[in-house]
Amino acid sequence: MTEQIPIVIIVLPLIAAFLQPLMAFFSFKTRDAMIIALLLAVNVMLFYLIPPIALAGKTMYYTLGAADPRSFTPQGLDFPIRIVLKIDAFSLFTGIIVGIVTITTFLFSAGCVKNEESKKYFTTLFLLFTSGLLGMSFTNDLFNFFVFLEIASISGAALVAYDRRSKHSPYAAYKYILISTIATTFFLFGVALCYAQYGSFNIQYIHSVLKYSYLDKIALIFILLAMAMKAGAVPMHFWVPDTYSEAPAPVSAMLKVSGMVSLCAMFKFAFTLFGPSANGTGVNYQTLGWIIIVLGVLSMFIGVTMALIQHDVRRLMAFHAVSQTGYMLLGVGVGIAVMGGGESTAFKTFGKIAITGGIFHIMNNAFYKNLLFLTSGVMERRFGTRNLNSMIGMGHGDTLTTVVFMIGALAIAGIPPFNGFDSKLMIYESVYKFSPTLAIIAIFVSVMTLASFMKVFYSAFMGPGRDDLIVDKEPLTVTASTGLIVLAILIVAAGLFPGLVIDYIVQPAVEALTGIR
Amino acid sequence: MLANILYITVLFLFLLSLMAIIYKRNLIKLVIALNIAESSVNLFFIVLAYKPESMAPIFTLAPAIEDLRMVLPAPQALILTNIVIGFATTALMLVLAVMTYGKNQTLDVRRLKGVEEHD
Repeated sequence: MTEQIPIVIIVLPLIAAFLQPLMAFFSFKTRDAMIIALLLAVNVMLFYLIPPIALAGKTMYYTLGAADPRSFTPQGLDFPIRIVLKIDAFSLFTGIIVGIVTITTFLFSAGCVKNEESKKYFTTLFLLFTSGLLGMSFTNDLFNFFVFLEIASISGAALVAYDRRSKHSPYAAYKYILISTIATTFFLFGVALCYAQYGSFNIQYIHSVLKYSYLDKIALIFILLAMAMKAGAVPMHFWVPDTYSEAPAPVSAMLKVSGMVSLCAMFKFAFTLFGPSANGTGVNYQTLGWIIIVLGVLSMFIGVTMALIQHDVRRLMAFHAVSQTGYMLLGVGVGIAVMGGGESTAFKTFGKIAITGGIFHIMNNAFYKNLLFLTSGVMERRFGTRNLNSMIGMGHGDTLTTVVFMIGALAIAGIPPFNGFDSKLMIYESVYKFSPTLAIIAIFVSVMTLASFMKVFYSAFMGPGRDDLIVDKEPLTVTASTGLIVLAILIVAAGLFPGLVIDYIVQPAVEALTGIR
Repeated sequence: MLANILYITVLFLFLLSLMAIIYKRNLIKLVIALNIAESSVNLFFIVLAYKPESMAPIFTLAPAIEDLRMVLPAPQALILTNIVIGFATTALMLVLAVMTYGKNQTLDVRRLKGVEEHD
């Protein structure tokens, strides 16, 4: 039974998405309950896979359409000819992020999106988006990855324009789909260059016969550039503030996760597709590491300086999303550069910690950024605007929102009892040993992050309660509050027991990614 | 030179679409540019799979094993998928462009000015 789980995880949301018109027989409440149960089942299956895969350090294959799905090459050939899903600790890690964020976001949106006839389209697109992201994390086939990327992009763009009353949302959605299509076309061009040489789409097979010719170098640039574009790293970040700020709050949270999955995919391609293969040919890790470090430092610094001057709460958070992406790029980039340096003691003492910190930060960032985007949705709904200058005194009415916003804001700034602190400390310590200047920039950016979130907290939550400014007094529903509370608990728990999370999920993921135990 | 004419066409189309994406400012023209980029990638796959004087990869038409010359079936299946995906993105982009025009009365990206000037 265990061997069928990978495909069930991807297919369940896909089937449920297209069953939505049929489910119109039931009331909205029943539909929401059914989808929450389905997403819970996906999460349970993901966690069920942790002991046999992450803890045992094994890799599980699922060959679609084969008599025995567990074998990599069921036909007895020495190369794979079918689509293969590969579940190792790293793809499981990505899947768990998607699973947790999806269920909390859906809990919030079930209570927040108005129960009108078009809600079934929202649910359909949401489930398609989930299915695309889970597929992107699990697949081991380049073309299949492209298809899942397109599923996620198209449903994401349609979700951005979901609120049709808003003036700017169609243009924001247009920007998102334009950037996504450019990125996917670049990606497909890179895939075609790989196919031209090796005649296969299977990542593992291409890696085992990689020649690293000029064509491979061009393919590397096309593929990594496309993924960085989708993740919103700095030279390609211009779409992030517009799209994230115009989308409905739950959708911004989902777009953020899609960025995280693209970032994970970028690291996966850098290591398992173009990394040095068995015959020793592959990308030069030192060069690649420094390119990723430069992207990361630029993202961190430009993101946070742009965020400081914003008056729109969503744009502010969107620029912080860019800046936080920089931390992950910095951590993993330093690790890659140390690996390329060739000193195994240096890698053991701080290179591995840098990669672990960067990967751990992806998870932490997905949780607190999700929480912050959801609370910004509550703020926007209360005051009917996103402008911070016309918000005041929200702390009087919404105690829960205030508390969870504080948790999220302190976590993003890296204050001790919350999860942002653990991963940021790992990044600072290891990066300091590599290059003190980079660590100082990272700490400085963290301080500026705290400053800009204090601005949001003071202007929106503190001050006298002004009932005349509040447009929508309706309290949060139980489901919406549950979503917020679950995320807040996860943030505090990961902050208090970082060792557990690292040992069970993050460390195996890093080992599976780099191939070094 | 003549043998590589198809690859040169692919590259020309790809660079043409990149130029159009960078320099064109009309939302509809950007959709056309992306379609050209997609076509160039599709053509690239077809050129890779093509072998001169070979047959369509249909099992019942297969000749004897000694003179078995067939084109590769995988890229053809893939570009069919890609054409369908391209259709979906084109349709969605055109819908969004029409909606943008309805709300802003312009399709020029310079006059749309991003989305920052809300309330």
